[in-house]
Amino acid sequence: MSIRNEAVEQAYREHWARLLALLTAELRDLDLAEESLQDAFATAVSSWPPVPANPPAWLLTAARRRAVDRLRRTAVATRKLPLLVVEEQPAHDDRLRLIFTCCHPALSMEARVALTLRCVGGLTTRQIARMFLVGEATMAARITRAKKKISQAGIPFRVPAGPELRERLDGVLAVLYLIFTEGYAATEGDALIRDETASEAITLARMLVSLLPDESEVRALQALMMLHHARRHARVGSDGRLVTLAEQDRSLWRHQEIEEALALLAPGPPGPYLLQAAIAAEHTSAARAQDTDWTAIAALYGMLEELTGSAVVRLNHAVAVAEASGPEAGLAMLDGLEAELPHHHLLPATRAELLRRLGRTEEAVTEYGRALALVGTQQEREFLLSRRTETERGLRP
Amino acid sequence: MKYAMLIYGDDKLWEQATPEQAEQTRAAHERFIAMLSQRGAFLGGDALAGSRETVSLRKKDGHVLRTDGPYLETVEHLGGFYLIEAENLDEAIGYAKACPEQIVEVRPVVEYQE
Repeated sequence: MSIRNEAVEQAYREHWARLLALLTAELRDLDLAEESLQDAFATAVSSWPPVPANPPAWLLTAARRRAVDRLRRTAVATRKLPLLVVEEQPAHDDRLRLIFTCCHPALSMEARVALTLRCVGGLTTRQIARMFLVGEATMAARITRAKKKISQAGIPFRVPAGPELRERLDGVLAVLYLIFTEGYAATEGDALIRDETASEAITLARMLVSLLPDESEVRALQALMMLHHARRHARVGSDGRLVTLAEQDRSLWRHQEIEEALALLAPGPPGPYLLQAAIAAEHTSAARAQDTDWTAIAALYGMLEELTGSAVVRLNHAVAVAEASGPEAGLAMLDGLEAELPHHHLLPATRAELLRRLGRTEEAVTEYGRALALVGTQQEREFLLSRRTETERGLRP
Repeated sequence: MKYAMLIYGDDKLWEQATPEQAEQTRAAHERFIAMLSQRGAFLGGDALAGSRETVSLRKKDGHVLRTDGPYLETVEHLGGFYLIEAENLDEAIGYAKACPEQIVEVRPVVEYQE
């Protein structure tokens, strides 16, 4: 929506998700609810000011009226899609049902991401398309297909209960984290879009925290994203190159955001997000790179590795151990990782770095060669090349 | 809503089952059907004969091409189906989880309105 009406913009930010969730429960049709609400906001753009005393109530009435109009216009015969299955769940905020419906595992991951940004985040199709570097028509088709599947497959508008809740909540968190990391990965070049995507993911996490305040993993996810995002201005140098954590100018970090993130972290059962947030917190609370508590970080990675069994986590664990207890100890932990990470350039790159520190120069040069054969981005290639040249220079008498 | 649960598996494994194993499978399905019926969810279902007993027809321009075997050449074939009534997809998936088979595809049935 290209709106230049401050009151409408504010109402949009504050009330979109809540109104859409409410209308969806009433109308039992996500598509109809979304279109009618969109119409209501468009009407508001032309008729505000005067701003009504109760903007959300005004918008809800307008949207209901538009829904009736739309239903009247489209003859009953053409509306073949079954109505949404809405369960009576007065204990839950309707927005929570909307989130669980948009993140249902029967939808593809792509569809979950797009639908969550559209319906819960209130972003326009054009904005979402720009974030994921696809055409607007492609994104519109993706969202339409997803809404159709919700209706046709009978994906319910409900918050899962009992043991199912835990599993499904993990799925919701994965969608939010994917929005965050995809934003970073897909649009590394365009800082503006990247920051917009990342802050949208944080906004969604903040909403989820307000809806499920007792879930420590939800709070941890918000904290984790904020801790990463607080370093956004220090991650890229003036020449456009990535700056490693150790070399970042820590005065460029947003310390107020870091404080807010740290305040979210409370002791809880050690889930994957809480452990990752705790690691990020260790990094951000060191005044200088050399003040980093690598022993604590290595212990946290150890717990994370035990929990996830992930080879990438083991690689990071080995790096932390090398920092805490020396390169030899780190190197030993990399043994046998080839089978699990055969195409990951960071494995030979890490091994090369540790061998270099141990003075095993020839082996290091070989490993840099392996890493260069696997590396994808130009920025990392340049970094590895300069590292290899430096190491080779050490070889000459 | 109505859903079809399509059961896939390797014909060979079904054929090679010992009488005891076959009996166990049959009993497991009977218990499953009893559970569905108790909840008013059972609308129908049957086991299908193996892919060797199958013939496929393809019609084009008035001609009928007949081939021996299933339409799709895969290791796992459609070996049976259930038709169930469920409140929503979550409930249907719950039933599919309880179904005593390894591969179960859940398909919503298109219901035409008058």
